[in-house]
Amino acid sequence: MSDRKIDDETGIETTGHEWDGIEELNNPLPRWWLWTFYATIVWGVAYTIAYPAWPMISSATAGVLGYSTRGEVAASIEAHEAKNSELVAALTATELTELAPTNDLHRYAVARGASVFRAQCSQCHGSGAAGAVGYPNLLDDDWLWGGDVESIRYTVQHGIRNELDPDARYSEMPAFGEILEEEEINAVVEHVISLSASDYDSALAAQGTEIFADNCSACHGENAMGDREQGAPNLADAIWLYGGSREAIDYSVRYARYGVMPPWGPRLSEEDVRAVSVYVHSLGGGE
Amino acid sequence: MSDPSLYAAREPIFPRKVTGFFRRMKWWIMIVTLGIYYLTPWIRWDRGPSLPDQAVLVDLANRRFYFFWIEIWPHEFYFVAGLLIMAGLGLFLFTSALGRVWCGYTCPQTVWTDLFLLVERWVEGDRNAQVRLHKAKWSARKWRLRLTKWTIWLVIAVATGGAWVFYFTDAPTLLRDLLTFSAHPVAYITIAILTATTFVFGGFMREQVCIYMCPWPRIQAAMMDSDTITVAYREWRGEPRGKGNVRKRDRAAALRAEKESQAAGPGQVRYKATPYPNPALQVGGAPSLTAATQEHGDCIDCMACVNVCPMGIDIRNGQQMECITCALCIDACDDVMDKIGKPRGLIDYLALSDEPKERAGEPGKPVWKHIFRPRTILYTALWSLIGLGLIYALFIRTDIELTVSPVRNPTYVVQSDGSVRNIYDVRLRNKLGEDREFHLSLSSDAILRIDLEGTDNLLSFNVPANKTTLQRVYVTARPQDPAATRDVTDLRLWVEDVESGDRAYRDTTFNGREN
Repeated sequence: MSDRKIDDETGIETTGHEWDGIEELNNPLPRWWLWTFYATIVWGVAYTIAYPAWPMISSATAGVLGYSTRGEVAASIEAHEAKNSELVAALTATELTELAPTNDLHRYAVARGASVFRAQCSQCHGSGAAGAVGYPNLLDDDWLWGGDVESIRYTVQHGIRNELDPDARYSEMPAFGEILEEEEINAVVEHVISLSASDYDSALAAQGTEIFADNCSACHGENAMGDREQGAPNLADAIWLYGGSREAIDYSVRYARYGVMPPWGPRLSEEDVRAVSVYVHSLGGGE
Repeated sequence: MSDPSLYAAREPIFPRKVTGFFRRMKWWIMIVTLGIYYLTPWIRWDRGPSLPDQAVLVDLANRRFYFFWIEIWPHEFYFVAGLLIMAGLGLFLFTSALGRVWCGYTCPQTVWTDLFLLVERWVEGDRNAQVRLHKAKWSARKWRLRLTKWTIWLVIAVATGGAWVFYFTDAPTLLRDLLTFSAHPVAYITIAILTATTFVFGGFMREQVCIYMCPWPRIQAAMMDSDTITVAYREWRGEPRGKGNVRKRDRAAALRAEKESQAAGPGQVRYKATPYPNPALQVGGAPSLTAATQEHGDCIDCMACVNVCPMGIDIRNGQQMECITCALCIDACDDVMDKIGKPRGLIDYLALSDEPKERAGEPGKPVWKHIFRPRTILYTALWSLIGLGLIYALFIRTDIELTVSPVRNPTYVVQSDGSVRNIYDVRLRNKLGEDREFHLSLSSDAILRIDLEGTDNLLSFNVPANKTTLQRVYVTARPQDPAATRDVTDLRLWVEDVESGDRAYRDTTFNGREN
């Protein structure tokens, strides 16, 4: 190549391009770099064939490998469940009362139950299980239907006062507004208040003692300590599901309350019911 | 006119064998660095029955990093970050003081290329034999030599990729699994990738990796200044260069020119004879005998420095991006200087700021003055500061790591007897290789009761070896006690290792009904 032009200053060959006297030096790129560039093009084309890529009218091309991100998630969930299958089997096979906090199965049940609780139970009982008015606090030591793990499991499985499950826990307090006289109601409310508070009308409360014995003690007990067989709350403790004010108690006596919980047996898997029961039992009130 | 090609094929480089001080040093560095790399995973270190006994292990599955007596948990990743910062600062320090020593001596690309070159020389012979073989047609002999070389390279490459995976799981077990083809596919894939990169980068890409793929040459150049000690050519001593025959020719031309000028008389000199071979000798437009005989430099243009260069450059062109400062040209040139009876150091480690002095015939600044300057002192100070910080952090680590997070949903719970309960999530890390029993207690000005979930009124619980345990803890105040009625009460939770008596505590608060 006789027409090679060499730049005098640098001794480097020029490309022969010149603009207004400015010449372009030719510092050639390594050829393997060019091949790398071609390789990326080949890779890119192959990739769009192998994986979902080209947008079409209703969806993108599927790719010959049949990959999808949803499929990947499903596979990873499946793999996760397969990994836990042994624990799940053990959880359904073991008596819940035999689970001790030191063993792995208990830890697994608590962790699994916590996620079930957040998804299914927190709407009423709160994300911290502290409950709300009308929805029991699950952290304390007061249980309407029993706080041992089997009782909790039964409640979760069948629910309370629902029509869906014939085995649901069931009881109903009469609305005493239609049964008792006005002054009898006032007296029995005062009596109930006197059981746990210090600020009450003792004369009125004394009048209520007999009314309580006649009308309420059948369910709530002679000492008003409640009855878990019937889900009758303890009226002598510091915990009030519907509030401990005079108005709230008056309302409860007059109109009664009818708290409902759905049965979770039909909605959740056996292991989820068991797990969430273990979880609730581990929150501090478990007996 | 045909356009020149915009793409260049790689020019093969056949570095000649060289001996000398720096070559010996590089052999030793190669032995030590490769030794560390290949052997480290096989060092055993007893940590007790529940922990791995590999001295250096990156246990990704269990999220632990073991380094001899040190065990790093994921939350202590700042140690790794600190070490990376130190590595960065160390590189700055060495580069500003000694130039690209990392590239020249310890970079894996340099070390493995060096090893591959050694194999190449052993199979195919030295530079000249390699050039001949390169130009030769493909014959049985060429195939035999090439295949032998590639096979040895491949064995080294497999060993390199193989050694890497041993850092991530128990080495003896993995080796057995690898040999029985029962190891995890990831192990084989990793080995395959590293084998391929080692084989290609060390055998075929070599200097291309440094020049076109590596960012270091650009970055390191920014850290060097004129006080940096680096490999350089004493151009003021070597130039004008010339081989023996060139020197003879120059001398003859100068003599002829001198005669002409004497014949023409002073001021009449007009040089138009044969173009002068070495423009550097044209003093004042005319060659002078003095210049030709006495001012020829020490460089005899023997190309030894070029022939040994693994990057295929000519150090006499000055500082250039391709130079990895491997110093082999120093060895090659010193060897030649010894043979022709000139002093060593025509190519040498030197600071460019010494050039004016050396040109004037004075000695340069002493080496320590080049090295100890504000920049390097600052780098050293920063490097040491972080190092000391890490050592300090390492020593204040306790064997008991305790976190207490008060449950604030809800802030407190009223029990049926009216007492107030707070819940705390206590997390305990047991970093030892054996299960430990911990006793929990609290201290506070107020009267408070402590209970542990699921322990049947016991105040101690077990944390398995090398695990974190979450324990739910209840603190209760009686209904009429001040802690139950007021807003907030301070308290301190203690844990004590039942066996050793080691203690740790965390301060937290208790919420009363006022809260």
